[in-house]
Amino acid sequence: MKKIMVTLTTALTVMIFNSISMAGAVESLRGFQDLMATSQEPSKKEDLVVKGGIERSYKQQPPVVPHKVDKDEINLKVNTCLNCHSEKTFEAKKAPKIGDSHFVDREGKVLNTLSSRRYFCNQCHAPQVNADPLVENTFEGAK
Amino acid sequence: MTSGEKKGTFGILVLGIVLGIALWGGFNWTLDLTNTEVFCISCHEMEATPYNELQETVHFTNRTGVRATCPDCHVPRPWIHKIIRKIQASNELYHHFVTGEIDTPEKFEERRLALAQSVWSAMKKTDSRECRNCHKFESMNLDKQQSRAVDAHEPYYWEAVDGKEPAYTCIDCHKGIAHSLPEGFDPAWNSPGGEG
Repeated sequence: MKKIMVTLTTALTVMIFNSISMAGAVESLRGFQDLMATSQEPSKKEDLVVKGGIERSYKQQPPVVPHKVDKDEINLKVNTCLNCHSEKTFEAKKAPKIGDSHFVDREGKVLNTLSSRRYFCNQCHAPQVNADPLVENTFEGAK
Repeated sequence: MTSGEKKGTFGILVLGIVLGIALWGGFNWTLDLTNTEVFCISCHEMEATPYNELQETVHFTNRTGVRATCPDCHVPRPWIHKIIRKIQASNELYHHFVTGEIDTPEKFEERRLALAQSVWSAMKKTDSRECRNCHKFESMNLDKQQSRAVDAHEPYYWEAVDGKEPAYTCIDCHKGIAHSLPEGFDPAWNSPGGEG
């Protein structure tokens, strides 16, 4: 009799836990998506174009890119961002110059040209789109 | 003139006209055949590198579905300039069949700067004639351009609209828009009056 009671209690406990975990199933931030179904296509968004640039949200933030970059290429041979932002062209193109910190190599030596470790602009500087945040965010940038 | 002589003269005239149409037509037909993308990329040098790179650009696919093919940018439209360019192309045939100057992607990469510079200087000399087959200052609406583009175009726009010769031309700033820029490209070359 005692054995039967223990077995029954264990079975009941397992069933209760099961139903609780079923109710709170893990869900993606992007909403429920059936594994076997074709995923929903996100809406297409164009890169933001903001005249005068976008303010930094916090000190030392790499400024975000306020224009389209789809035609630009950064590879072993060329970096087309430099067409406007290099130390030679920023005045004529009325573009912000690459930051001074980008002319320093890892030994702290100041160079005449862009340091190779700062070559891949889009590693830190990201283009922006007009998208709603996936989760609510109350962060307020430095004013 | 006897009636026999008359007939003979008439016969020669008709024969001349028919032959003329056939030869001139045939010549132009052949010339047009050499002015197609299919013909250009029948050489692997063109297919492997320049054509491949073109496909990544706005001149290949875009919002409105207009496409520029090789000859649209690289063969002049006015007859005399077209013939001159076609004769110059025999030099390209020489390098393709005899020297094999750019017959591998590596060799192409080595020569890319020199090749690009020769196209840039040709376009500079002709005031970017081939660009202007489609892009005319007179038909540009600066209000529809982005502010950055307006700032760059405006001074020359009014010169062009007033019928003056603008100081600078498309290729001065728009290098490397249909093919990758060469290694060793100085960003200062892509601005008004830029060398290169």
